[in-house]
Amino acid sequence: MVATGALGAVGAAAVAWPFINNLNPAADTLALSTIEVNVTPIAVGQAVTVKWRGKPVFIRHRTEAEIKEAEAVPMAQLPDPETDNKRVTDTAKKVRPEWLIMIGVCTHLGCVPLGNKPGDPKGEFGGWFCPCHGSSYDTSGRIRKGPAPKNLVIPDYLFTSDSLVRIG
Amino acid sequence: MASSHGTPPVFNNKVIAWVDHRLPIFSYIEKEYHTFPTPRNFNYFWNFGAIATVMLVLMIATGIVLATNYTPHVLMAFDAVERIDRDVQQGWLIRDLHMNGASFFFIAVYIHIFRGMYYGSYKAPRELLWILGVVIFLLMMATAFMGYVLPWGQMSFWGATVITNLFSAIPIVGESIVTWLWGGFAVDNPTLNRFFALHYLLPFIIVAVVALHVVALHVHGSNNPTGIDPKGPQDTVPFHPYYTMKDGFGVVCFLIVFSVFVFFAPDYLGHPDNYIPANPLVTPAHIVPEWYFLPFYAILRAIPDKLGGVLAMFGAIAVLFVLPWLDTSRVRSCTFRPIYKWFMMFLVVDVIVLGICGSKPAEGFWVPLSQLATLYYFAHFLVLLPVLGKIERPLPLPASIADSVLKKKAV
Repeated sequence: MVATGALGAVGAAAVAWPFINNLNPAADTLALSTIEVNVTPIAVGQAVTVKWRGKPVFIRHRTEAEIKEAEAVPMAQLPDPETDNKRVTDTAKKVRPEWLIMIGVCTHLGCVPLGNKPGDPKGEFGGWFCPCHGSSYDTSGRIRKGPAPKNLVIPDYLFTSDSLVRIG
Repeated sequence: MASSHGTPPVFNNKVIAWVDHRLPIFSYIEKEYHTFPTPRNFNYFWNFGAIATVMLVLMIATGIVLATNYTPHVLMAFDAVERIDRDVQQGWLIRDLHMNGASFFFIAVYIHIFRGMYYGSYKAPRELLWILGVVIFLLMMATAFMGYVLPWGQMSFWGATVITNLFSAIPIVGESIVTWLWGGFAVDNPTLNRFFALHYLLPFIIVAVVALHVVALHVHGSNNPTGIDPKGPQDTVPFHPYYTMKDGFGVVCFLIVFSVFVFFAPDYLGHPDNYIPANPLVTPAHIVPEWYFLPFYAILRAIPDKLGGVLAMFGAIAVLFVLPWLDTSRVRSCTFRPIYKWFMMFLVVDVIVLGICGSKPAEGFWVPLSQLATLYYFAHFLVLLPVLGKIERPLPLPASIADSVLKKKAV
């Protein structure tokens, strides 16, 4: 009885699995997609939004003041502690503090935070502000206030030259 | 024709008698919808079950017709809906009926739920009947949410993004669940496709659960405004013609109000932003769900923590499942509960306040107000209900339903 039941359960799970896994991303969706962005036209203090894997990616050319501000924040004040240095390192371990590249999706419920365009509200910490539920991010894209639990996510990226960055 | 409950009916029509002898559908209708003994003292709150059923049928009928002109693809969905509105014969009417039908289905169901709570219809022996109702409510919410995504406007897209992201609050497996729901890295074509498939499926599951709801209802019969059980034939009337007529009248009145919206203000209950095609790179300045989700949305935002907010929101519905056991009072109807009656009315005000908070941006005094309203919502179910049942002294109950009706007439 027990053996029959166990075999039946294994069989049922084996049948159920293809149906469940069918809903996961398909091979073409999964296929590693990368984009290359030329960052030379982005002036200091400017930011652009590019689309990668259906999501916005923020590329901000930070000013000296913004970098200093981000580096000066004590870790104890951060809900999700992470040094600014770590957030501006590419996959070849090269640090470029002037370039902040992040996925522009609020870690609360997925809205696109404001702050990339000149007239946008940047929130209390001078970085980004999510209008949906009021999360504020600092000039390093780290969560400082509001319901979002994590810092804005840094994707894998690599500067193939001083002007060209490959995301993904 | 038999007149009393329990005696098998005799059919004079030979065809009907032949069929019924082999498949007793006519006996069933006769027993459950004609002679079925129903309390004689229903007020108009008892119309809303029938009204909700009519709305469900209307939603399925209009939905099937809409689906014949709709394309679930991110590049074509928005235009398909515009075409239905502008070019398809009577497409505007079918779409406005479906769009406003969702709102009016929720209006009917919210009044139906209020009726159940005010008159204690969830108490023994109707606990499972109530639980099936909450299941229907949950299925309706899922269906309405997925349906709202289909026109692929800005609110569709960002509503889908925010709601699917709720599951990312679940520790460890949350992110995988969200990817699984999306079928990709963001809300995109695979998401739209599966939402369409499920939006078409779920209403038929609702029909099945409604059938179970009705089966459970017909075991012990309906509750009534006094909350006391019928004691004999003097307390009941046959369902037909008494309540078929009364329900019919209620349905017509309800549909008149519905028609006013459909024909004169079809977009009043919607959001203009949903007439902007979905753009994954720009979030609208102010995201709000449809009005029927606003109280729950306010609860979500009232808690300043991602997981906590999500738990509170789902908890607000989960608490309804255990309502029959939270209420310790032996008296069903609020008519005879002098204290609880007012708290019940206050709960209605509280839910409306939550709804208003949910429609406002999460800033200023709306935040503490929604926190206060959330606190009352949960305190009502988890503290007031169990405690009041013990300390409240109910008013004397009438001897019978007939007694209460005849006394009222004499006054």
